[in-house]
Amino acid sequence: MTLYDALIAPFMEFEFMRRALIGVFALALGAGPLGVFLMLRRMSLTGDAMSHAILPGAAIGFLFAGLNLYAMSLGGLIAGLLVAVGAGVVARATELKEDASMAAFYLISLALGVLIVSLRGSNVDLLHVLFGTVLGIDDATLLLIAGITTITLVTLAIIWRPLVMDCVDPVFLGSVSRAGGPSHIIFLALVVLNLVGGFHALGTLLAVGLMMLPAATSRFFVRDLSALVALSTCIAFCSGMAGLLLSYHMGTPSGPSIVLVAGVAYGLAVIFGPAGGVLSRLLPRRHLEA
Amino acid sequence: MFSRRFMLAATLAAFVAPGLARPAFADDGKMPVVATFSILGDFVKQVGGDRVDVTTIVGPDADSHVYQPTPADAKKLTTAKIIFVNGLGFEGWADRLAKASGTKAEIVVATKGITPRKADDDEHEHDHDAKGHEHDHDHGKKGHKHDDHDDHKHAGHDHGDQDPHAWQSVGNAKIYVSNIRDALIAADPAGKDSYTANAAAYTAKLDALDAEVKQAISKIPQERRRIITSHDAFGYFADAYGVAFISPDGVSTESEASAKDVARIIRQIKAEKIPAIFIENVSDPRLMERIAKETGAKVGGALYSDALSDDKGPASTYIEMIRFNANALSNALSQ
Repeated sequence: MTLYDALIAPFMEFEFMRRALIGVFALALGAGPLGVFLMLRRMSLTGDAMSHAILPGAAIGFLFAGLNLYAMSLGGLIAGLLVAVGAGVVARATELKEDASMAAFYLISLALGVLIVSLRGSNVDLLHVLFGTVLGIDDATLLLIAGITTITLVTLAIIWRPLVMDCVDPVFLGSVSRAGGPSHIIFLALVVLNLVGGFHALGTLLAVGLMMLPAATSRFFVRDLSALVALSTCIAFCSGMAGLLLSYHMGTPSGPSIVLVAGVAYGLAVIFGPAGGVLSRLLPRRHLEA
Repeated sequence: MFSRRFMLAATLAAFVAPGLARPAFADDGKMPVVATFSILGDFVKQVGGDRVDVTTIVGPDADSHVYQPTPADAKKLTTAKIIFVNGLGFEGWADRLAKASGTKAEIVVATKGITPRKADDDEHEHDHDAKGHEHDHDHGKKGHKHDDHDDHKHAGHDHGDQDPHAWQSVGNAKIYVSNIRDALIAADPAGKDSYTANAAAYTAKLDALDAEVKQAISKIPQERRRIITSHDAFGYFADAYGVAFISPDGVSTESEASAKDVARIIRQIKAEKIPAIFIENVSDPRLMERIAKETGAKVGGALYSDALSDDKGPASTYIEMIRFNANALSNALSQ
């Protein structure tokens, strides 16, 4: 098999592969920076919690309107925003910390969702219906993902300074500006938006994978924020493409393949990463030698 | 995960059930019976008429393969006089649910006497055979005996080696009807005349339906009688009426398709010039639409396979369902 056959031909021959690639690229563009910020704010698990919070809303949308992209997205968006804003407000207004209030809100949301689904009686395997496949991305889904990515990047550009400041020195930010609270809430809203986009392409759980794994991986290579964002987006790109090719050549399900490729990259980074990887800590450094 | 949830439901059912055991006949004098899914429920309604009160466990538009019983289902079973199941491993949860509910109802396997068709373990079977329906599918002589469905794996849609979707052939539906008639007469001898008359009238309708479907299919040119559908549930239909159904992801409604599978299907549709692609009522349609767009095959809409539609839908009874499927096929396949 030539390199062309292995890497290029699948995308040349099949439109669904091209669509999947574009979909994953668009997701990666939005998910890359968001993942980095989640990691820097020590909210790496928040993405996972949020994905559970979205599920019930999407389920309600499905029960009312059937397999309707917009109803499910809207339902997921509303449920996710309620949980994000609720948890954020409780964390900022009371003594409860962000992680505890987030856990409380997402568990309530999840339990509510399961209850609503059970009440319906009819038992189409909901996960099967809710979780899209990256191979079946249609025009509407592609537009949705692209739109969400555009909104994400523009909004991030606007709130970039307060957001960065809020990550590294929230006390200082609080002393000079009131933008910390709003930018935090807006940031959480962006996370929800991207997860909603992701669950059409990859399924919610996997959408979180494309967000967090590249961010954690890039942390082992660079320390600068802009470099982190760029590298993380790039790793998400490459995982997406490699995962699709793996699925094409080996016949593995595409969603898990993409996330597992990102997982392998993470595993390698943990061991070989120059910035704080296992090997770099164990091996003596040359510049320390006398 | 499925089995754990199932066990929880079953355990709960076992606690609830004894308190709910009531006399077998409901207040209005009708005999309460349970059918596991909507198509079987329709058969029982047709034969039972006014004398029986039919409850179905898996309702319209729902997928029996992955159904999770609830305590309410166990309650339905305890009050029933007869429980009709499809058998052939279709609803593996039914036997255990019946045991857990402590019901005294008789369990009647409606497919008794039907020659089981071997499930297509391998979707390649049709792949390179333009006349796929001319396969010899008569595996029944080997004498399948599958009393113990509990041993089947039901996490996926793995029925062992038998295809359970026997109702897709109208000829088999007549066997369902006679089994149901005999069971109803055994349980309620006073209604014998009524059940016999209902069954005879319904069988006559089924004969007419059978002829109608055969005629509709016969108008389609031989080489165009091939479609792709997302769920391999039409084996009996294929054998009875000579239409080849090619499935994109095997016999499973659960396993996620890989890019390799999708690529192979697209190549196959293009190479064999398969004219139409059908989307089922119970599985993800987006992938099928994608394949259709990419190959230029016609999208034939949904075919009803495992469940009827609700009352407003186009397939609220078995006869309507078969007629709907046959019409959809002939519309998409005849140029």
